[in-house]
Amino acid sequence: MDFADWIGRAQAFLAAKPPALLAGLGGVVILLGVASAITAVLPLLKPGKSFEELRLRIASWWGMVALLAGALLLGWQATTAVFAFISFLALREFLSLAVRRREDRPAILAAYGCLIAAYGFIVADRYMFYIVFIPVWVFLGLPALMALIGQTRGYLASAATFHWGLVTCVYNLGVVAFLMRVPDSEPLPAGAAGLVFFLLLATEFNDVAQYCWGKLVGRHKILPKVSPNKTWEGFIGGWITTAALIWFLGPVFTPLSGLGLAIVAFVLPAAGFAGDVTMSAIKRDIGVKDTSHAIPGHGGVLDRADSLTFTAPLYFHLLALFGLQKF
Amino acid sequence: MRLLRFLLLVLVARPLAVLMTGADVSGRERLPLKGPAIIAANHASHVDTLLMLAVFPSRAVSKLRPAAAADYFLRDPVIGWFSRHVIGIVPVARGKAADGEDVLAPARAALAAGEIVLIFPEGTRGDGESDEMGQLKSGVARLAEAFPQAPVIPVWIQGAGRVLPKGASVPVPLNCAVLVGEPVVWTGRRGGFMDALRAAMLALKAQAPPLRWSEEP
Repeated sequence: MDFADWIGRAQAFLAAKPPALLAGLGGVVILLGVASAITAVLPLLKPGKSFEELRLRIASWWGMVALLAGALLLGWQATTAVFAFISFLALREFLSLAVRRREDRPAILAAYGCLIAAYGFIVADRYMFYIVFIPVWVFLGLPALMALIGQTRGYLASAATFHWGLVTCVYNLGVVAFLMRVPDSEPLPAGAAGLVFFLLLATEFNDVAQYCWGKLVGRHKILPKVSPNKTWEGFIGGWITTAALIWFLGPVFTPLSGLGLAIVAFVLPAAGFAGDVTMSAIKRDIGVKDTSHAIPGHGGVLDRADSLTFTAPLYFHLLALFGLQKF
Repeated sequence: MRLLRFLLLVLVARPLAVLMTGADVSGRERLPLKGPAIIAANHASHVDTLLMLAVFPSRAVSKLRPAAAADYFLRDPVIGWFSRHVIGIVPVARGKAADGEDVLAPARAALAAGEIVLIFPEGTRGDGESDEMGQLKSGVARLAEAFPQAPVIPVWIQGAGRVLPKGASVPVPLNCAVLVGEPVVWTGRRGGFMDALRAAMLALKAQAPPLRWSEEP
């Protein structure tokens, strides 16, 4: 097969995808291109100031966008695999920092097993199993296993630590992959991948908007004890900008409209903020600034996905309530 | 054999180490690319060797030779073959020094051949009960004395003892950090050199992410 055949196949592959999804991905590529151009020009405008961190950050954004866009275009199998891996990295970061008892090594191994089982329910498309597995059965089973290990010192705190990590890193991120299982028979303007794309877009846009508003006009600290760089101006500016984005672009990618869309627009930015500061509180408690250095310029996977662990279940349940038959 | 070793290290050991530990390296640019050079790291687990082989830049990994106890790694022919040809160990005959044997001869030969020797100066893996660094044995100083032009790069590996502690058989994926320090220079005196190396390793340890397993909950 020669080069022209490959181009032809790629065109046919993309032509079969919803136009709105392609436009959305194209829009993200243009936005990132503009950001890259700005970072290329900034050192010329302000010589002597280092923009290395910003450059790394944007380079990593390119990598993350390429990975997620590729997964969304390839379908539910690839998206489930990518999110299973993201959940694994996030859970490994969390357990590495949070677990205090060396006796819990078997429980850590069991927690990874729970991750595989939870994503197995997504692959098998068994929603009812998925929604009760971690919140009920792992919630009971893992502490029971830990009781069998026999170390009671620090037992309750450790059991709670495991549950917190599994719900945020696995259960809450897994629903993103589960959205890919919505069938085409439902009225989806940009396919199931459009649902996921829009959640990721709104969540990450909110993170960036809060950061930019805070940098530009931030004066009044909102939670100095937990997250000293966060300001009221950043929070409210990000909230309004993201709510507007959700309100205007929501109908392009999701079946939401009217009241349902208004609720998502109103609560999703606040949930993103809540996820961010919750993870900040945990990091401050443990005494680290970042959960790892897995993503250059961003910190760890959990540093990037912290807001998503809150916005994903919220978006999922509001979609289930207002827009989808499957869930 | 060299090619097989290279492919196994880059295509098997590296993905495995990333999966099990995240292989979070800081100061990677300080790792030496040519020998003779000595890397001195703390030792808590077999994962330490895997991790160092995995984080080493591809173009220099063929030169990396972990020093390892002959009594442990060469006692059985299969493990011995794997240790020599895949891990690429330089054997150290622990406990034979009293018999007048030059236990460091293989390591010295590797350095003379322009290779990079990875040495664990604690001499053995920690017991896993504490995350403190053990007493450093002076073999590293004798190697530095024999090759004063070879840089001695201190490395702190944080968390490998949780992935696979001494005595455990099942590894558990948990993040590990590898911190590479500035080279310690041979000062002409073994005592002063060992103190400087110990201080450099402890300074790296202080920068590592917290390992809360050693604290009381």
